[in-house]
Amino acid sequence: MKVLVAVKRVIDYNVKVRVRADNSNVDLANVKMSINPFCEIAVEESVRLKESGAATEVVVVSIGPKAVQEQIRSALAAGADRGIWVETDDTELSGLAVARLLAQVVRDEQPGLVLLGKQAIDTDNNQTGQMLAALLDWPQATFASKLEVKGAEVEVTREIDGGLQTLALTLPAVVTADLRLNTPRYIKLPDIMKAKRKPLATTSPAALAVGPGTGVKLLGVTPPTERRGGIKVESVAALVDCLKNQAQVL
Amino acid sequence: MSILVIAEHDHHQLKSATLHTLAAATQIGGDLDVLVAGSGCQAVADAVAAIPGVRTVLLADAPAYAHQLAENIARLVVALAPGHRHILAPATTTGKDFMPRVAALLGVNQVSDITAVVGPDSFRRPIYAGNAIATVQVEDPVIVATVRATAFPAVATTGGSAAITPVPEVFEAVRTRFVSESLVESDRPELTSARIVVSGGRGVGSAENFALLYRLADKLGAAVGATRAAVDAGYVPNDLQVGQTGKVVAPDLYIAVGISGAIQHLAGMKESKVIAAINSDAEAPIFQVADYGLVADLFTALPELIDSI
Repeated sequence: MKVLVAVKRVIDYNVKVRVRADNSNVDLANVKMSINPFCEIAVEESVRLKESGAATEVVVVSIGPKAVQEQIRSALAAGADRGIWVETDDTELSGLAVARLLAQVVRDEQPGLVLLGKQAIDTDNNQTGQMLAALLDWPQATFASKLEVKGAEVEVTREIDGGLQTLALTLPAVVTADLRLNTPRYIKLPDIMKAKRKPLATTSPAALAVGPGTGVKLLGVTPPTERRGGIKVESVAALVDCLKNQAQVL
Repeated sequence: MSILVIAEHDHHQLKSATLHTLAAATQIGGDLDVLVAGSGCQAVADAVAAIPGVRTVLLADAPAYAHQLAENIARLVVALAPGHRHILAPATTTGKDFMPRVAALLGVNQVSDITAVVGPDSFRRPIYAGNAIATVQVEDPVIVATVRATAFPAVATTGGSAAITPVPEVFEAVRTRFVSESLVESDRPELTSARIVVSGGRGVGSAENFALLYRLADKLGAAVGATRAAVDAGYVPNDLQVGQTGKVVAPDLYIAVGISGAIQHLAGMKESKVIAAINSDAEAPIFQVADYGLVADLFTALPELIDSI
């Protein structure tokens, strides 16, 4: 079985985000960029499926300008076999536009399983995997914390609001990774060197015959209302007094 | 124009997230239709019918909807979509699961997690873990959006008398099979709607030590929350996680115990009205957002706190 895994290049998890002075968007100039943490978990799971024998090939795909090749290469270093770069300009694509491009890649590649992160930490949309599954008319399991391929099915445990739910999907299927699916491996230097020689194909929205479509217009971005720190109290008694008499929440 | 809201419930009771979503729908303006899809969920439909301002309750009662499988709910919503300009659902794990599927089947975008209604087609929503707020305008003919419950008040639950219309069509996917569910049973209030939340981080140190937080919570009638670190360490189950990718809470009082205050955690609780923090590290970032900070060892402070309230 072939596994296709999609990755997104986003601001690094540890970087403090700043809004541009003109409120047009966040400022990403000279900011460290990385593979989205949830995508990294999806890549790790794909590679583990290959190592366990459940998958025979792991193909990694990313959409964006040239720089996204870095994230494809890091997925290749983690153990993916080959990459597909869908070249677009700097314009931010909507979840639907990304899902349409991925759907076409899936039709060309015919994987048995598509793995994605449950959400990207930049736009926090949490929608691409579900949209892809809908466009393909495939079953889906979001927020996966455990995944097991059993014959013609994949059994997925999902983290839901009330606890855990387990579903069995008939392959091919789309699964989105949550935080506790696995802990991605540390990538060693020889693997980074090896990844440079792995094949990376280039395609484009035009080649995939996917138009830009309508979208969601970004009217502006503002910083959140800052929460000002309050006071330090000296004792538990003082804390209780403040909560009771000043804040009146006890 | 009318708005279709998909109710969240457990087949017996309506979840409060629906009431907050209805408030967002009211701000958009238009006739409100509410879909109750479930199995043996007549009581939920009756509860929705009593909400003032609801025009029609669409009741889809069939075993196929027992587990809210995205494949089934999405196709049902798409079948009911014609005539509605907006389709809204709470941004819970259920809404997040089926709504993008609805949007894609309709060939439109989805606006996730709206926190304010600017106009009928314009909304505000947090991005980058709430470190920036985007204002977006939807250009699609149908607007599909999920609503962050804590950003809107709850609508009233009595006084209405909407008609209940059964939806006979049943959509049942054959390629998704429900296997099992393990839901955490608790007598404590629901985390996302509790008036007080007592939350613990890595500093709590162990699952056994969390008992102190449960004791405090029970004394206060509070819900218990946790950071990702505490969940990852196995101190508490995943459904207690508060943060960017967990639950978003905005109680009257949030008591953060042994929590350093990573931005991903703050994203889930910084809209709380009052934040109190107890941490032994005076430099912990949580103190920058806390209204009341106490630098103390939680193992001496918590028992004292439990005894003094």
